[in-house]
Amino acid sequence: MSYSDKVVDHYSNPRNVGTLDKSSSEVGTGLVGAPECGDVMRLQIRVNPETQVIEEAKFKTFGCGSAIASSSLATEWIKGRKVEDALTIKNTDIVKELSLPPVKIHCSVLAEDAIRAAIGDWKKKNGVAETADVTTAAQ
Amino acid sequence: MSTVVSQLEVPAGVTLPIYMDNHATSPLDPRVLEAMMPYFTQKFGNAASRNHSFGWEAEQAVDLARQQIAKLIGATAKEIIFTSGATESNNLAIKGIAEMYRERGNHIITQVTEHKAVLDTCKRLEKYGYRVTYLPVKADGLIDLEDLKRAIDDKTILVTIMAANNEIGVLQPIREIGKICHEKGVIFHTDAVQAVGKVPVNVIEDNIDVLSLTAHKIYGPKGVGALYVRRRNPRVQIAAQIDGGGHERGMRSGTLNVPGIVGLGKACEISMQEMDSEAAYLRGLRDGLKARFESELDYVHVNGSMEHRLPGNLNMSFVYVEGESLLMGINDVAVSSGSACTSATLEPSYVLKALGLGDDVAHSSIRFGLGRFNTQAEVDYVAAKVIDIVKKLRELSPLYEMVKEGIDLTKIEWQAH
Repeated sequence: MSYSDKVVDHYSNPRNVGTLDKSSSEVGTGLVGAPECGDVMRLQIRVNPETQVIEEAKFKTFGCGSAIASSSLATEWIKGRKVEDALTIKNTDIVKELSLPPVKIHCSVLAEDAIRAAIGDWKKKNGVAETADVTTAAQ
Repeated sequence: MSTVVSQLEVPAGVTLPIYMDNHATSPLDPRVLEAMMPYFTQKFGNAASRNHSFGWEAEQAVDLARQQIAKLIGATAKEIIFTSGATESNNLAIKGIAEMYRERGNHIITQVTEHKAVLDTCKRLEKYGYRVTYLPVKADGLIDLEDLKRAIDDKTILVTIMAANNEIGVLQPIREIGKICHEKGVIFHTDAVQAVGKVPVNVIEDNIDVLSLTAHKIYGPKGVGALYVRRRNPRVQIAAQIDGGGHERGMRSGTLNVPGIVGLGKACEISMQEMDSEAAYLRGLRDGLKARFESELDYVHVNGSMEHRLPGNLNMSFVYVEGESLLMGINDVAVSSGSACTSATLEPSYVLKALGLGDDVAHSSIRFGLGRFNTQAEVDYVAAKVIDIVKKLRELSPLYEMVKEGIDLTKIEWQAH
């Protein structure tokens, strides 16, 4: 299989690799996927409690090149955004940006799940109510 | 900033990309090409043309190839049937025997790590009323001979078990399997594609009745193979699956691929002459590669028996690193992976799963297939490159980090998707 230049770029030079202190109240952690499925993504965010802006995003991914690229791109996109705004990112946006072929769409789905899981964890920690329908809320 | 780009220098004498996938196919040996060349142009005759010199010339070349192949496996020239390759040989053997011996019984025994050319042929026969037993393998990849003995019943007509596995290179105990079959009066077919020319295979000593082989795994051309069919003690009969001009003693019609057959013969001759030295050479390269991985990396795992294994095969899992991402990082080295992401079906290797390994180990596996033309310098480069990329990808791996922190990954509730 050949990869798009953007996938190769994110794979070769992944952005925002790392680990945040998951015990901090400002940090939300999302761990999605499963080792037996061949991909696990951990995405972490540090949110400014005053502004609700995601000031830092870090990831680590076990998975194929497209999974690594999808999570790397996700951290790039959510950094500097407000939490509610980050929730508007769709897996299809990732597919488009990275030109993922159909067999790799699940990588982008996982990245979207990771964003939601990290934000969900942060909300839970900080007693912020989950938005019932994120899509509607964002529109 | 992290990077997964390797900065290794390419040593002198190494040309990229490096081919280390010799179980998939092997390069044509220049000596084989040389033998084949005249049969494309000057000596183009049809081996079935009985009444002119063009035909005789072609027939002579085919006869020589038959002898070269027979000699390598301890058979006689008359027992060699030419085909288009091992997939056809396996189809012809299994379907041809099933059809010919239908009156005697409808039960076939095989095992779970066979090549798809065997498994899918058996599956098709199940649709036509045959009963197929798929023996399991042990953790080392070998079948249990007691399982085989128990599986044989009075309706069993055929046992088909491979000599060497294409993914993990393990060698099944074919001599003992053949002995059991002969004691019970059951025909024994073996798909010996990966074994012939690499390790000694002798149809008499190993009690083999029918054997599939192909040229392109032994530095011969693609598109030509053979089926050995025993003529005495016992005489095995096979119903033709391709009808036509009655070539190959009626078992396989179709004009013979003379240049290909000449190439197959020459490839067998060379393999026979060089098998001992080549096996020792490849074993040395392979064991060196394995030792480097084991000394410089943690959490590496050899898949399948090391004791009963092809000399040029190493199948290793680099746990907590996904195989396709590793292949992407070593893109100037041609190897293959058992990872789901490298297969069209998104399923990890059924061979590795059959060993009882978790899917996560299968996802992390790389098959190194060393061959005649690989050098020590290439192996050194590949080892360094793989080690480098594995370390970099583990810096990216949440699983590796968790394991290092002492977290038991089996205790986590993963969300399978």
